Amino acid sequence: MSEAREEILASIRRSLNRSRLDAARETELRERVAVHRRNLVPERAAALDDPGRVDLFVAMAEEVQATVARVSSPTAVPEAVARYLAAENLPADLVLAPDPSLDDLRWDARPLLRIRRGRAEAIDAVSLTPCFAAIAETGTLMLISGAVTPTTLNFLPDTHIVVVNANQVVATYEDGWDRLRTGGGMPRAINFITGPSRTGDIEQRIELGAHGPRRLHIILVDDPQKAGDGEDK
Amino acid sequence: MRIALFVTCLVDFFRPTIGFAAVKLLQEAGCTVEVPRAQTCCGQPAYNSGDRADAKAIAMQVLDAFEGYDHVVAPSGSCAGMIRRHYPELFADDPAVLPRAQRLAARSWELVSFLVDVCRVHAVAARWDREVTYHDACSGLRELGVRDQPRRLLASVGGLTLRELPGAETCCGFGGTFCIKYPDISDKMVNDKEAEIVATGAEAVLAGDLGCLLNIAGKLHRRGRWIEVRHVAEVLARMTEEVPPIGAPR
Amino acid sequence: MLATSGTFEANARAGLANDNLQRALALMRSGFPQRRRLAVERLPEFEALREIGKSIKDHTLEHLDFYLELFEENVLASGGQVHWARTPEEACGAVLAICRSVDARLVTKGKSMIAEEVGLNEYLEKNGITTVETDLGEYIIQLRHEPPSHLIAPAIHLMKEQVADTFRAEHRTLDPERSLAEARQLCDEARAVLRPRFLAADVGITGANFLVAETGSSIIVTNEGNGDLTQTLPRVHIVMTSLEKLVPTLEDATTLLRLLARSATGQEFSSYTTVSTGPRQPDDLDGPEQYHVVLLDNGRSALLASEFQDMLRCIRCSACMNHCPVYAAVGGHAYGWVYSGPMGAVLTPSLIGIAEAGHLPNASTFCGQCENVCPVKIPLPKMMRHWREREFADKLNPPVYRSGLSLWAWVARRPALYHALVELASRALGWLGRGRGRFRTLPFANGWTAVRDLPAPEGRSFHSLWAERRKGGTGK
Repeated sequence: MSEAREEILASIRRSLNRSRLDAARETELRERVAVHRRNLVPERAAALDDPGRVDLFVAMAEEVQATVARVSSPTAVPEAVARYLAAENLPADLVLAPDPSLDDLRWDARPLLRIRRGRAEAIDAVSLTPCFAAIAETGTLMLISGAVTPTTLNFLPDTHIVVVNANQVVATYEDGWDRLRTGGGMPRAINFITGPSRTGDIEQRIELGAHGPRRLHIILVDDPQKAGDGEDK
Repeated sequence: MRIALFVTCLVDFFRPTIGFAAVKLLQEAGCTVEVPRAQTCCGQPAYNSGDRADAKAIAMQVLDAFEGYDHVVAPSGSCAGMIRRHYPELFADDPAVLPRAQRLAARSWELVSFLVDVCRVHAVAARWDREVTYHDACSGLRELGVRDQPRRLLASVGGLTLRELPGAETCCGFGGTFCIKYPDISDKMVNDKEAEIVATGAEAVLAGDLGCLLNIAGKLHRRGRWIEVRHVAEVLARMTEEVPPIGAPR
Repeated sequence: MLATSGTFEANARAGLANDNLQRALALMRSGFPQRRRLAVERLPEFEALREIGKSIKDHTLEHLDFYLELFEENVLASGGQVHWARTPEEACGAVLAICRSVDARLVTKGKSMIAEEVGLNEYLEKNGITTVETDLGEYIIQLRHEPPSHLIAPAIHLMKEQVADTFRAEHRTLDPERSLAEARQLCDEARAVLRPRFLAADVGITGANFLVAETGSSIIVTNEGNGDLTQTLPRVHIVMTSLEKLVPTLEDATTLLRLLARSATGQEFSSYTTVSTGPRQPDDLDGPEQYHVVLLDNGRSALLASEFQDMLRCIRCSACMNHCPVYAAVGGHAYGWVYSGPMGAVLTPSLIGIAEAGHLPNASTFCGQCENVCPVKIPLPKMMRHWREREFADKLNPPVYRSGLSLWAWVARRPALYHALVELASRALGWLGRGRGRFRTLPFANGWTAVRDLPAPEGRSFHSLWAERRKGGTGK
């Protein structure tokens, strides 16, 4: 296979009518990559203040058939989950990402919810995960794989619930990259999720729930620092 | 301004009235118009068929014939586009000729856009009591940006109502040699165009390119639709009485 | 994949006569362009982004060797493997070797045009490995033994009744009386049938919309989520891709991603855009144990610095074919190979040869709408013209056509003769057609008059009249 490699690289250089780039040029290009400058970023979200950005995120997410419930503090999340499952006539069984931020929620206040923690299995109907960031410009969730955030939770169950804290809402994808790069190496998978699964493959008619989740529900916590009982908006 | 008219092969052969309408409009806009005799074709058939050698030879003839005028004007977006957009490409590898080609390109125009954008003619003193629809020929539209100019002038024609054609910007299926090489596909495309024209309820259809107009008229008449087909210049120059619509009996 | 591009004319006629296809194409024609336009109107920076996208791709192509090496470096650093393939055979061989190494029996596939190009499914099946397409459109055509007819919507040529018939015929364990009248039911059935396949697969193969040199990542874009299930559940993930998918950084990727979905379906962003880097990490709870990238050349390196280099910018959005009146008339199968529409007309001859694929760049009016909507500004008509130049130089056109053209050009370079002939011909034809004003039939013009009338000329040439009127002093 390395013969193929050499031949392909040689073919490229032959076409470009040069040999391998010299060390100085290679260094320049590596620098360019290391700097990873942003290209033009749309103003749509970038120009907004914090509340405006969150409102834009919600509006864009709802446009693509995600549902959004806003709660004022983390303690309201379990109730919001229970409420959602009941409203959608779903059984009160869910699998949670074993993420400390979710563990810290007051699940004991909702003892009728049957909770498992871990990766998703075929039988799981509902999952609950945190997210890494939420991109306002297109209502897109940014989720990353890791020790406490298995990717299967995002795709196997029919219903995917995501807890988003208001301070996770950023304006653009590039803001998401900036946050990612502060945290160490690349995760195995970064999922940018914009609404539930869909297909238009049959007569151009959009149907939700092709292979991934049919329902994407976002619980947006307006004040993640707030302790005590918070009321739903 | 001293203008040279690029007649175009189709106008020369099928419908000289369009050429005379162009001359009239240019003169009324204050130009003097000459028609260099040593012109035949812009070379596009050869160019689009991959025959660069013949295309260049014909283009050289155009460069020679049209030397020294302030502007060159053609009643066709397709031919004007060939000169303006493609002559520089044709001579890109020929440093001796390229400057001449670029100079000619910069001075070459489709008729209606020349009137509006260069002569600053924004209205014509014409009257034509018709409900009209308008087809945007591809080259004029996409190579030369001709879209608002004909509509602006048509808006000034007394008694004329424009009904916008849905899919006005969709190709009619002429495409020069395409309609001969792939007649089935061309037929489908012109069928769709015909159906859209008929659906507007317009009494007449106009465009700025005779190739499109011959194609559209031919299809309308084959289907027994008696919608008037004319080049927009005929209407703007008040010459609709001088010649029957395209494809109509005398 | 076996090409039938050589019989384009017959293919096209079949497409024109196919009622189901025509109904399906009418849906496409009214759907995609409208949605794209709305998405573009909503993003004021769209035009500027097109230019930036073009320059990102051009820069990468000019330094492709460097970026490929950087990409490979980073794939290896993240625990993945890279397999370089010069030819379809090498690509298939690499995939087979990986499958054999894990004793794979079942492979699930996300959509990959590279896999189509190299005929991967047939190759694996011949070697005893079952492959199941998971993209709904690809799954449907796999059942029907048809090739894809569109870059992103492979089953776009079918009406839902046809899909229902296929499902009824192929999903034999299900209740024959069940209703499949609605798209909803068809989707639900596909979801149910494919779910166990996702879970049972030993190897998952996806394509890649982009490769990122900075991180050694591959990016897939889907709406269904099938690509993610394909790559996450099995033990092995193979990315089948080609050299020109590379971009330098994550920022470059998101710039191009802003163009992609809007150009393709008019969405702001696809439902799922996934950036994959290497196999599962030590503490991960799921993910593949192995991550392989098969990098295919198959003629791309030869296109660099050629008059076709711009084609390598293509991000496979399908905007060109969605807006092409020829594609909308005949459908994708007419093009006879993997890639259809304007991008297929340019790319196919470079991959299977101009002799076989000659019709494709010829079946165009050069209306220019494809170039107009291409998110990375590929001058598609210009490159089709370059193919026509190659054909002309190689004398691949029909002789009668060449001689006709030669004759026209010969006369056109002799204005005096030309003017005399035109005057003669317009008088003759004008006289013949003077009664009706048009011809229903005309010798030598059957291509035209078979389907439309030919308007009669006025009867004099412009140049003759102009000369007369000037002599007469009317100054007209």
